[in-house]
Parts: sequence; structure tokens; C-alpha cells
Amino acid sequence: MEQLVEQILEPHFNFWIYVILMMIGLWAVIAKNNLIKKLIGLSIFQTAIILFYVSLGVKEDANIPIKKPTPIEYSERAYDSEADTRSAYAAAEKTPADENADSKAGDSQKKKAYEKINPDKIANPLPHVLMLTAIVVGVATLGVALAIAQMIFKEFGTLEEDEVLKVIKGGEQDD
Amino acid sequence: MLSKVFATIAVVITGGLLLYGVYDFPSFGDPNSPPNAGVEGGADSVSQYFITQTYNDSKVPNIVTAVLADYRGYDTMFETVVVFAAGIAIFCIMRSLGNANDPAREKDEIHSFTHGDHNRIIIGTTCRIVVPIVQIFALYVIAHGHYSPGGGFQGGVLLGASFILLALSSDLNAALKRLSEKNYFALAAIGVLIYAGFGLVAQFLGANFLEYGVLQPILFTDGPEMARSHSMLGVEIGVAFTVMAIMFSIYANLSTRGTLKNGL
Repeated sequence: MEQLVEQILEPHFNFWIYVILMMIGLWAVIAKNNLIKKLIGLSIFQTAIILFYVSLGVKEDANIPIKKPTPIEYSERAYDSEADTRSAYAAAEKTPADENADSKAGDSQKKKAYEKINPDKIANPLPHVLMLTAIVVGVATLGVALAIAQMIFKEFGTLEEDEVLKVIKGGEQDD
Repeated sequence: MLSKVFATIAVVITGGLLLYGVYDFPSFGDPNSPPNAGVEGGADSVSQYFITQTYNDSKVPNIVTAVLADYRGYDTMFETVVVFAAGIAIFCIMRSLGNANDPAREKDEIHSFTHGDHNRIIIGTTCRIVVPIVQIFALYVIAHGHYSPGGGFQGGVLLGASFILLALSSDLNAALKRLSEKNYFALAAIGVLIYAGFGLVAQFLGANFLEYGVLQPILFTDGPEMARSHSMLGVEIGVAFTVMAIMFSIYANLSTRGTLKNGL
């Protein structure tokens, strides 16, 4: 049991949470009869997707994706000791990919050189960008859905799906 | 009852399949996972480029804002258009010019925060203090969005929330007096226009749509990097206009069943 938790549940717990939340939302969309409750289920579904995306961008011990790199000559003069520890740290963590990046940076060094950022220490900004817009658009589309629900209530006097269907079918029989 | 049984079966099967696939996913917080570091043997991850090169490209410390407004400018522009279209859709679905057949919703109009309704003295006074602070913070979030956490969407929602707070604390009329329906739809359209305008001006100057670097002679900046930085601010202001106007219009229409009278 302990082994199960350590090897399977612990490294993937974010996916467990997203699947469970998404299934709660899906169940509400399918099974609930009330249109507002269906919309709540849709919102839970959307929240699960947002959590999924954001959890993909998490890196262990990483900082927020806001970083102003210090110019290299400045850091050499004023922050001697700090720059030393930084470069020692960078040398210790150097990988082949980093060396490639170094040679690429060498081409553009005519402009102005900045301290090299270690991408592993900064959270992935891309999922945050995607979800930022998705949240706002989600609110706007939820507004449209609520407007339609209000119009349905105005027309049929109820928000229960089966009662609305009964009225629609009954109207057809009268014709 | 039958639908609940079917729903449970469907949910259990779908959830089981998804959980079965979970073990092929990278573990939580792994910096070398495909979304964070790219596929092994394939191209480098685009997010690594954003992290390491954003400051060289555009002098913007907030990588999220830089990706939002510059690298993925098309995406954000059309998200803004979607928000605008949602506002128009709610207007078309709900707006009715006065509902004379609904006497239940006729109430005495309250024209100010504190006069006329003693139940609202505490709420009205509190909101009168809180609303300016919320709005100034919203402007800070927009204007500082490329240096610190923030941006057009967040600031726009805060601005919209301040107007909604105004409407909740006294009456919808109090908010509509400050931001009328005509004005908020004009603001929403202006926001989209500002965003598309930046792209079109770049196009007229011979670059691609939304390629801000060529705006340097218009914005009087030191180099194309600073031109991109300033254009991001302009674009964020456009986004904030649209989001603020549409958030308030959603509340105004939904809370009054499209009549824009009295409100909650």
C-alpha cells in the first residue's frame, strides 16, 4: 500500500485531482435535470482543465515567471561575491543543451550581455498565458449561458429540462 | 433516474480510461517533462525560449505578459474579440426596452448611496471608500502589468468589479449614471480597435500584423525592444477596456433580465 502511494499516487496526484474534478463536472452535465446545475457542472469541468494545464507548468523549486536579468558587467563589478556563486552554480549545472545556448548567445553578444537564466528555476509561463485568457473567456461565455437560461425561464416558467421538453412536445401535439 | 445510472456508467468508464493513462504522464514538478523542456531528440521547448530570451527581445520582465501580448498576440486579440462578441450576444438575447408588464420589479429609485434608504448607509459608505481604491489598484495592475504580476485581463476585471460593486451597494442606476450602456459598448469597441490598431499600424509600416518592433519611430523609443514593451502596454489597455465594459454589461443585463431598470 505504501509502495502504491509513493510510486503511483504521489508523483501524479495533480492528474488524479484533475480527472476526479472533471468527472464530477461531467456527471453533473449529464445527470442533473436543472439547467443552472448543468452550468455549474460545466464550470467545474472547466476548472479541472485549468488546474491540469497549470499543474503541467510547475517545476520543483522554481520561481514565478517574472525575471529581470542583471547585465553581466554590472554584476561583475558590484556583486562580485554573488556573481561568483552564480557562475559556480551555473558551471556545476551545465548540460549539453546549455552549451548550445551559450554558443547561440555568443552571436548576439554585440548588443548587451545579460546574466544567463536557468530555465529550470523559472516556472513554465506558457500554461499560465493560455489559462489566463481561458478564464476570462469562460466568464464571458458563462454569462451568455446564463442569459439563455434566463430567457428559457421567461419563456417556459421553469429551468427543469424535462418540464421544458414536455412543454415543447405538448405544443407540437396541439399543432 | 435512468439518466443518472447512464451518467454514472459513462463517468466511471471515462474516468477509468483517463486514470489508466495518467501513469504515462510526467510526474508533478518535473523540470524535464515534455511541456517544460521539449521532447527528447526533438525541437527545444518554446517555453524555454520565452524564459531565456524574452528580456533580450522586448525588455519586459514579466514573461507571461510578454507571451500574452507579443508572442501570442493573435490569440489574445481574438480572445478579446470573443469577450466582445459575448457582450453583444448577451445584449441581443436579453435586452428589452422596458418591461411594463412586470409590476413586481417596480421599486422606488435610489439616487445616491446614503439618502433615502437607511438600510444602505453602512454598505453605501463602505463602498464609497472601497471603490476608488479598487479602481486605482486596477489601473496599477494594468499599467504595471509588464513589470509585475498583472495585465489587461486582470485589471479589466477589477475595473468591472468596481462598477458591479457600485451597482450592488446602491442601485444599478448609480452605476449606469457613471458608465451608461452607450458608453460601455463604445468602450468595448474602442478596446478591440486599440488592439487591432496596433497590428494595422505595424502592417502599414511594412511589417507583419502585430509585429511591434517597427513602431519604434511612432513611439519615440530607444530601440525596437522598447517599442515592443510600450506596444504591449497599449495592447493591454485595449484589452482592459473591453473586459471592463463587457463584465459590467453582463452584470447589468443578467441582474435586471435585460431591462437595465432597478437591478438587484
